Amino acid sequence: MTRPAASLDHFASEAAADGLHRAHLTFARLLAVLGILTVILLIVAVTACAFGSVHVDLVRAFSDRAGADHAIFFAARLPRVLMAAIVGAVLAASGAALQALVRNPLAEGGILGISGGGAFGAIVALIVGARLGAPEGIVPLCAFGAALLSTVAVYRLAVVEGRLEPFTLLLVGVIFNSFWGAAIMIVNATVNFYVVHSILFWLMGSFEAPTWREIATAAGLGTLGFAALMAHARDMNLLSLGDEAAGELGVDVDRVRRAIFLWTSIMIGAAVSVSGIISFVGLIVPHVIRLALGADHRLLLPAALLGGAAFMIAADLLARTIIAPAELPVGAITALCGGPFFVYLLRRGSCGSLWS
Amino acid sequence: MSASADNPALRANRLAAGYDGRQVLREVSIDAGFGELVAIVGPNGAGKSTLLKLLAGTIAPWHGSIDLLGRPLADYERRALARIVAVVGQENATAFPFTVLETVLMGRAPHLARFSFESPRDLAVARAALERLGLLGLAGRYVQELSGGERKRVVIARALAQEPKIALLDEPTAFLDMKHVAEIFAILRELCAARRLAVIATLHDLNAAALYADRVLLLKDGAAVASGAPEQVLTAANLRAVYDTEVYVGRNPATGALMVLPAAFSGSRSRSPA
Repeated sequence: MTRPAASLDHFASEAAADGLHRAHLTFARLLAVLGILTVILLIVAVTACAFGSVHVDLVRAFSDRAGADHAIFFAARLPRVLMAAIVGAVLAASGAALQALVRNPLAEGGILGISGGGAFGAIVALIVGARLGAPEGIVPLCAFGAALLSTVAVYRLAVVEGRLEPFTLLLVGVIFNSFWGAAIMIVNATVNFYVVHSILFWLMGSFEAPTWREIATAAGLGTLGFAALMAHARDMNLLSLGDEAAGELGVDVDRVRRAIFLWTSIMIGAAVSVSGIISFVGLIVPHVIRLALGADHRLLLPAALLGGAAFMIAADLLARTIIAPAELPVGAITALCGGPFFVYLLRRGSCGSLWS
Repeated sequence: MSASADNPALRANRLAAGYDGRQVLREVSIDAGFGELVAIVGPNGAGKSTLLKLLAGTIAPWHGSIDLLGRPLADYERRALARIVAVVGQENATAFPFTVLETVLMGRAPHLARFSFESPRDLAVARAALERLGLLGLAGRYVQELSGGERKRVVIARALAQEPKIALLDEPTAFLDMKHVAEIFAILRELCAARRLAVIATLHDLNAAALYADRVLLLKDGAAVASGAPEQVLTAANLRAVYDTEVYVGRNPATGALMVLPAAFSGSRSRSPA
């Protein structure tokens, strides 16, 4: 059972000589990859802060407190870039976790009906709130509440004999997703043109003019959820072996599933409540990272977090500059870039990694 | 049953179990000593896999007791159990592109704290398991790209990496060719001898059971028909009763080992149909 230490050292050095360190995730590689992704994220973020319908001189924005650059940067540009980063990070990381949960790379908050429920809640709050004269802050709150309610309903329906059944969860989610889509269309048909425009905001997603309170709330819930997911990162690896094998390796499968589902729902609910439905990010970012860097969730989750943030900032930069001063919906941009790229990756066939 | 029965690694008494109220196992007892290889044989649906799942703690018995290392199975916390018992199941799903080494390292999970990374020792244990199963050259390959037989060996390597005291294997040699079947059993026998590992395996292959097992438990319809040394259990009379087909039990003329052959088909293939 226990070999003498000398023999183990010998084995360890042999392992290094075999190049085995290249065939699995090491802590050094984790740090290196996250470092590179952080640098990329910072470059994208600074670029996005400078460019837009109006160019902002970043030096003057900080030095001249009375100038226009300062005003635009802090009132519009920075909140927008931050919000894009937070939402992208949250959607990508929770997408990766949901894929581990259902053991299927096609899962995402949208597909599981979480975003659809949130958007429906927002739209109803928008219409009813306007009639009753409720403050506008009620809309994100209702979106968040509706996303969680939809999640609870999906969860209850997907529990078979006390266990969360991945395949049933996927099916129930898809059904809920189209149900919410239909409900939104019906509401859409009954309201005037002005309201239809606001509804479109929730359906296509936008980071226009977020408040600092919204940013702080989304960041707080996102951080909390991400920490909870990271605590289960290795469990997610083991889940991919199947429920029985994971259980036999010491994972409390049912508890881990519940935790992942709860926290991803909170994260996605928070994202939808401030930005509307933004599809494909939760699908494509984890997928690309898995292809490029491997499937270990200890790397996949934080890499999706950083990559999702960078991707979303870039998509939003495109959305607000291509036809400036008018804007494209950022959700349309992500789907437009994401779709073909996703197909390309799927058709490429092999799951060949970049370093083996 | 044997000398090791005084101090068994695993002892289960009068187990009954089933699914949805349908009884699958009745009053089955089994034990395995340290260093012993026990085979569970019987026809399809006899309850072999169910018995193994009971011993692994994957499903709970209706009644009966299971003791591991002298302590009731139910007393073990999940991860503590995984440090003692390794299970090689029939299914081996791989949903995501994990490498062979990553998969084998997952066997170290019950030994690792929540946020810690695999230590050089964990890597050394995984490496030794890979080497033992002849998988070192495949360490960086994706499990999804491997053949069925190679995947099976990966799962067995993962079980070895757990450094268990007891190994439970459900049809460990299904899908393997003759060479790899012999290799797997050679490895299991060696682990029994060198590490005093207790092995319980369900087997369809009666000749493998005859060759490699210290003791055999013969099941039919969820009940034990016979239990003991291969020569006592794998008799023509027992097998005819259990499998409901004619068998020939004899000795391999080359090695003298016990062997079992189907005897129901006496026709000749070369004869053309009338």
